[in-house]
Amino acid sequence: MSMTGVVAPDGLVVATAERVVPGGRVRGMGVFLVLLAIVAVLGFVSSVSSRAHATFLLSAPPAVSVSPLTMSVRWTAGALAMLCAALGVLLVLRREQRGAYLIFGVGFATFLWAFLVWAARGAQLNFVQMLVTTLISTTPLVFGSLSGVMCERSGVINIAIEGQFLAGAFLGAMIGSVTGDLWLGMLAGAVAGGLFGWLLAFLALRYAVDQIIVGVVIVAFCTGLTNFLTEQVLTPDQTTLNSPQTFAPIAIPLLDKIPILGPVLFDENVFVYLAAILLVVVNFGLFRTRWGLRVRAVGEHPRAAETVGIHVLSVRYRNVVLGGVIAGIGGASFTIGSVGEFSSEMTAGLGYVALAAMIFGRWKPFGALGASLLFGFSVSLQSFLAVLNVGIPSPFLAMAPYVITIAVVSGLVGRVRPPAADGAPYSRE
Amino acid sequence: MSEPGSPRRQPRPLIVPFRRLAQANVAVVTGLSVVSALVLGAVLIVVTTPSVLHVLGHIGSHPGRALGLTGASVGDAYWAMFSGAIVSPSALGHVLSTGHGWVTLFTPLSETLVAATPLVLAGLGVAIGFSTGVFNIGAQGQLIAGALAALYVGFEVKLPIGIHAPLVVLAGAAGGAAAGFVPGILKARTGAHEVITTIMFNYVMLNLLDYLLSVSPFQQPGQSNAISRTMPATARLPHLFGSGLRVNAGLLVALALVAGATWFTRRSTLGFSFRVIGLNPNAGKTAGIDARRVTVLVLTLSGALAGLAGTASLAGTDFFLSSGYGGNIGFDAITVALLGRNRPTGVLFAGLLFAALDVGGRNMQAVTGIPLDLASVSQALIVMFVATPVLVREIFRLRGSAAASLQLSTGGWGG
Repeated sequence: MSMTGVVAPDGLVVATAERVVPGGRVRGMGVFLVLLAIVAVLGFVSSVSSRAHATFLLSAPPAVSVSPLTMSVRWTAGALAMLCAALGVLLVLRREQRGAYLIFGVGFATFLWAFLVWAARGAQLNFVQMLVTTLISTTPLVFGSLSGVMCERSGVINIAIEGQFLAGAFLGAMIGSVTGDLWLGMLAGAVAGGLFGWLLAFLALRYAVDQIIVGVVIVAFCTGLTNFLTEQVLTPDQTTLNSPQTFAPIAIPLLDKIPILGPVLFDENVFVYLAAILLVVVNFGLFRTRWGLRVRAVGEHPRAAETVGIHVLSVRYRNVVLGGVIAGIGGASFTIGSVGEFSSEMTAGLGYVALAAMIFGRWKPFGALGASLLFGFSVSLQSFLAVLNVGIPSPFLAMAPYVITIAVVSGLVGRVRPPAADGAPYSRE
Repeated sequence: MSEPGSPRRQPRPLIVPFRRLAQANVAVVTGLSVVSALVLGAVLIVVTTPSVLHVLGHIGSHPGRALGLTGASVGDAYWAMFSGAIVSPSALGHVLSTGHGWVTLFTPLSETLVAATPLVLAGLGVAIGFSTGVFNIGAQGQLIAGALAALYVGFEVKLPIGIHAPLVVLAGAAGGAAAGFVPGILKARTGAHEVITTIMFNYVMLNLLDYLLSVSPFQQPGQSNAISRTMPATARLPHLFGSGLRVNAGLLVALALVAGATWFTRRSTLGFSFRVIGLNPNAGKTAGIDARRVTVLVLTLSGALAGLAGTASLAGTDFFLSSGYGGNIGFDAITVALLGRNRPTGVLFAGLLFAALDVGGRNMQAVTGIPLDLASVSQALIVMFVATPVLVREIFRLRGSAAASLQLSTGGWGG
């Protein structure tokens, strides 16, 4: 049940618990970086005049002011392209998997930076604001993917995250609006999500219904129900029932003064902090506590777990309900965390994106965070590029996050290995 | 596999006169699932209608009036649903008394068949995926790809009637197939999970559609809105029963493919290898079936069927594309496939039922003001009950062990 590859004496990777990075894939990643570098040279270096400059604004209100960073597009993009190419060549020559992802990540970041410099030529880009938008877009995905991690580590596929998002967003907005108490709204969101987590557990565990089917049905049900209730109940009395306040940002003293990072990380609303805390708690719980060991045992080999006295179904029940609660809170962040009202299908498929982030993150909380950040960044990038008017039609910018996810999932992740008992119903003989 | 939820003692059947019916066979479970879903839908209507809630608050003093109004509000809604989807009694009366008005009489049925056509086609695609262990959530995107290809051949190619429409249909299938092939080859080559890639491709296709609708050659000339050019008359699917009823040749395509899919899964070698991979990938590989090739083929085929769904509604009734084309058909196809238990005939009936609920729901919204979304709530509940036959058996105290064999399976992540 080891979570990392174990290298046998003869050098073969024996346990394939999380991933296998064949040498070919590492080389492929290297070649990809070199190609990106060529794109950067052709697109961002040779096409612009030598006098073009880009300015990144690095200051935001609470932090200590930092002077804007002005760069020559040609020189900066050129240097970054060289760095990107060098990292690519390094990958091709090394062909070793250790650290390959890190090198690739740095290389890809240099390409993105070069792209941003080119996109912001002759203009100003508020870099801090861009990171803030990234974090805001990332937060619901963190809740969603943590929900997925909780369920799937115990062996239950939760494809219903989208439905739990919608339920949490709806009830969070309604209760927050009626009572005027946002904490009650958040609680209501958690309860709504937990309820549909329970329904998933009830049908999947008690009646052994296929978990993907239950998940799909719950999403369809929640979508229909929230649409129905929005039109039938909320719309006639919008001001009482669907006008909650939103959680205000809480600045953490001193830390919010840190340049760049301060306004991004330490001046956010309660959902962002909660997501961060949950991330650490779930990660610690799963991999460092007795509870986590049991959960993972149940997800990998329920029969063995049962043999040593773990009650498989109650572990799964608890985890799936908790997962639902987490997704419900994430749902509430859509309404009382940002826009302040519920609208039909406002989660726009992000529950599925969270699911993708969880798989991309290999069923690990911090892996899922990385994937969520990537998606959040591409959402942010898209909105800023639309403002910068780079000449790319807006539908292509809008599809960028999804294309990037596809590219990443197929190019980087490759075959992933879910918990061994994921999706399999369990019954005591 | 034993059923974890099976009750220890056999409960007495509730419906004693129908002892033989009370065996939990597929039709009974499905019928009772529909009834349960409609009952829950009625509850939803009652608790969200203020006037009904108000009189129910005074049920102690005016029990008759309270129950009457409650019954009336639910009855009106479902009556409107029925008459909007199947047949309107007033139209029937009109035909019987005057001998005219046949078109009005058959309009609800025709609309249901029109709505069922894309659901059945896309549902078949999803079902073929399910039974092979491939989870295609990308029907929406593939439907758009098919419709775009069909539209392009529609307005770009000049052909006479009788040749043009079949070519358009083929183009639609090809477009959908291409959109299904991409996640298929990605899965086979890189292992990228189709659940992720197909969902992502939905959004890619929605945005691509938005883009194409705003540029030449797809955009309607002289329009600034995101509206496509229209299908020329030669490219449209002909009406089956005169121009008054919208039911068209798309229905025949769907029926033919239901028959074709039945033959394919039961009789063909390729269909057999699909089933083997779906039931037990390892056994299939041992028997020499190339699982990767099967994955690519299944997603391509599934995409082609979704593409046909888009083509059927484009060339049959809509004749132009707009932003977000296809609405929820792609996702409803998943529930249709589940309700149809991944079998072609099952998908046909499930598609008809869902279409009736949708079309009837529209009439219900128009007549009673109760939102159309009640139909989608009912659809989800129906599938939930059908997927949980043991629960239905417990609620209605049915006997029989047939229920265990009704369990549906998608095969999980597949690894």
